[in-house]
Amino acid sequence: MALMDPKGAVGSEIKSLIITSFWLMMIVVIPVIVMTFLFAWRYRNTNYKAKYTPNWAHSNVIESIVWFIPLVIIAFLAVITWQTSHSLNPSAPIQAEEGVEPMEIDVVALDWKWLFIYPDQGIASVNEVAFPVDTPVQFNITSGTVMNSFMIPRLGSQLYAMAGMDNNLYLIANEEGVYPGRSTNYSGAGFSEMLFEAQVTSQEGFEAWVEKVRQSPKSLSFAEGYEELAAPSVAHPVEYFSSVPAELYDNIIMSFKNGTAVQPGHSGGHGGHQAAEQSAHGHDVAMSAEVAE
Amino acid sequence: MLGKLSWDSIPYHDPIIMVVVAAMGVIMAGIVAWITYRKSWGYLWTEWITSVDHKKLGIMYFLVALIMLIRGFADALMMRTQQAVAAGGAEGFLPPEHYDQIFTAHGVIMIFFVAMPMVIGLMNLVVPLQIGARDVAYPFLNNLSFWLFAAGVILINVSLFIGEFAKTGWLAYAPLSGIDYSPGVGVDYWIWALQISGIGTTLTGINFFVTILKMRTKGMTLFRMPIFTWTSFCANILIIASFPILTATIAMLTLDRYLGTNFFTNDLGGNQMMYVNLIWAWGHPEVYILILPAFGVFSEVIATYSRKRLFGYHTMVWATMAISFLAFIVWLHHFFTMGAGANVNAFFGIATMIIAIPTGVKIFNWLFTMYRGRVQFTSPVLWTLGFIVTFSLGGMTGVMLAVPAANFVLHNTVFVIAHFHNVIIGGVVFGMLAGLTYWFPKAFGFKLDETWGKRSFWCWLIGFFLAFTPIYVLSFHGAVRRMQSYANPEWQPFMIVSLLGALVIMLGIACTVVQFVVSYRNREQLRDVTGDPWDGRTLEWSTSSPAPFYNFAHLPEVKSIDSFWEMKQAGEFEASKPPYQDIHMPKNTAAGPIISLFATILGFALVWHIWWLAIVGALGVFVSFLARIFNDDVDYYVPASEVELIEREHHKRLSEVVDSDNRGTAQVGNMGVQS
Repeated sequence: MALMDPKGAVGSEIKSLIITSFWLMMIVVIPVIVMTFLFAWRYRNTNYKAKYTPNWAHSNVIESIVWFIPLVIIAFLAVITWQTSHSLNPSAPIQAEEGVEPMEIDVVALDWKWLFIYPDQGIASVNEVAFPVDTPVQFNITSGTVMNSFMIPRLGSQLYAMAGMDNNLYLIANEEGVYPGRSTNYSGAGFSEMLFEAQVTSQEGFEAWVEKVRQSPKSLSFAEGYEELAAPSVAHPVEYFSSVPAELYDNIIMSFKNGTAVQPGHSGGHGGHQAAEQSAHGHDVAMSAEVAE
Repeated sequence: MLGKLSWDSIPYHDPIIMVVVAAMGVIMAGIVAWITYRKSWGYLWTEWITSVDHKKLGIMYFLVALIMLIRGFADALMMRTQQAVAAGGAEGFLPPEHYDQIFTAHGVIMIFFVAMPMVIGLMNLVVPLQIGARDVAYPFLNNLSFWLFAAGVILINVSLFIGEFAKTGWLAYAPLSGIDYSPGVGVDYWIWALQISGIGTTLTGINFFVTILKMRTKGMTLFRMPIFTWTSFCANILIIASFPILTATIAMLTLDRYLGTNFFTNDLGGNQMMYVNLIWAWGHPEVYILILPAFGVFSEVIATYSRKRLFGYHTMVWATMAISFLAFIVWLHHFFTMGAGANVNAFFGIATMIIAIPTGVKIFNWLFTMYRGRVQFTSPVLWTLGFIVTFSLGGMTGVMLAVPAANFVLHNTVFVIAHFHNVIIGGVVFGMLAGLTYWFPKAFGFKLDETWGKRSFWCWLIGFFLAFTPIYVLSFHGAVRRMQSYANPEWQPFMIVSLLGALVIMLGIACTVVQFVVSYRNREQLRDVTGDPWDGRTLEWSTSSPAPFYNFAHLPEVKSIDSFWEMKQAGEFEASKPPYQDIHMPKNTAAGPIISLFATILGFALVWHIWWLAIVGALGVFVSFLARIFNDDVDYYVPASEVELIEREHHKRLSEVVDSDNRGTAQVGNMGVQS
């Protein structure tokens, strides 16, 4: 069970939160179920020994209790909710251990595959993402198509990938391994197979992976290769790009604001490359989902 | 000439669809032949199609809902079968193009064309009787609402064999539903089916709001209204406040698709999250529109069959109002994962949990209604007990989803699917089937067979847990909703158990069908002569079964919450007595079906871009509506002599019962319990 066997700090905290809220609710749910059977049986029509008070319909004591108990539980849960909404805010940076460099990976949802851009390494990959263990990762998430949602169940939170918007999700893996990831938000015909692998390795393993990607003969930029990559494809094989400009992610976001977007049924993507090149702005220009909302 | 429509629009290549279409064609031809053979067209036209009688409209709503339930359930079975086989790289028998239409159609049909008409049908049948009225405030509008709803039903069924249905999920999130990503007619069918039937729903909301406020009988203050009327009242307020949001949102999507505007597109300033916000600003109140009347049914059922006053009537009312208010400030919990800030998420999470408080109070009040009562285990009571257990669990998973941080891993997984089926089957479906059994004699004059009713209940209950417990488990494995296939073969056993559960539910539906047949054949033994088969507490049981078209010969007077029951206890209740008076009643009208026929044509023409036909449809709607407006001949008086004849018949039957069955006054009721 992916959610009950998390491999990272975020996932672990969410797991215990789910369990806590489950048992808190059980404080009401179990008595309700017991009382249902008990009352129904005790006051069955044929049980003439049971008391029968056809006109009794109000009791201040009972009414106070039935308001009070759910109220207390929900108050308790509300405090937990408030705290965890902040402590587990997916967009809040995770504190790195000393000597550990947090890293940044840009994530682009396409029809129907995931593009991962490593701005610091200048590389990119499709349907496979790798990062070192115990390292906080900042995923910058956007979409080159319809809405998707980026999730690696064993690591915790998901966030929406939306065209023209930049969403930030911080995750950390505390155990090496290969974890399945996917889009959880239905996005059309190829959605079921919009899967990727997250490879969590040692620092050396990660560097080896980067080296492997660098061996690829392919390069990718908004002007070259992106349009072909963005064309719909199902169960796209893993692909590596050895040379990728750091501004590709911003190009993709900005393309939805300056009429150069690559979309089916739109001509903007074709011949719009020039405009895209002019729009190599920094992240600050991108509309964050929070502001947009 | 025919817009986008051509012979290629008909999916000949898909054997599943062609078989279904052939079967539907045969059944429909059979029905038409039967009606013609029996020469019943005239009867259908004058007594049903043009009827403004709220009881008949209620019956028709429920009938259509049950037919659509079978279609929606067939979709469910196909999805469960597909997921039971499409594991570990297998493609299953439904390709994505078809599977995606099926889960969209399943959601749309079950919410808009099954749950909604059941709720509205029950309100139609019961509310005017409970408040002692002779009809709703706007009888013609009521008929029009039904036929606009029927237009939506027709359009969604036509999409099965002419063209396609949306492949977007039931809420058609933009930009997937935009013209760039969904160039086919599927989304257009979705748009016009919902837009036309949605207008009908809005009109219903206004109609019942006014009816409940203005048409209550003498003495029925707001705080003497039966709980079902109260919950319907709140549901109708929610309809009035929320359905215009749906209409406006779909209208903007329509502009995007037809005129190239950019409300919700990816680029050129479109804002997809605006669509998601708006659709849920309607969508969340919508679930309370469905569940509140179900709560009302359980309240009536549990008090009647416990032979005891409802515990905490005022609390129930205030809890209902609290839920109605809170329904409007929680919509964001459907998309915590959009990346809003922690404060926003926490606010909506906590607001959502607060709903659990009044809901929990309601559950305890039902329990304390049984306490020191005399509970008869009739099938409506079984549905109610099953509801309390099932719904409590569904409420719990709902609260878990409401914790934003937990939602970040549960959102979009099948946990959400299991949760809302948990509350919609356990709440709305159980409630509507309980209500159907409870009020059936008032509509038809005979009770439903109890044995088959109980069988249906057990099948639904067991089937539900069998089908959705594995789904809950799968969500913790990371299974997401709307998967046409999945790579992990470990999920398959859970999917197979879930399919078995769906098959058990199918048996439950079959039991209901058998129940109708058996009850009809035994209708003489099951006859409800007194009009009060359950020793009821509210006004609808004070008139005969089936209720006369004017409902009450004399409008009743109410002195307390359980007025009818108290009158019986005090021996004060007696059947109507002469002298009778002329009764003012609305006339039947063909305007509703005619307007809706043109609306259907308009919708179909707009789906296929057949502009000349759209103009014909729009003109037809306008002209037939004008004709209705300028028609002053809309009402008449039932002469007192006719009322007397009808009432005398009822008295005669009553006295026969009293003679043959010496249980005291017939009006105390014959309990109607079969062991």
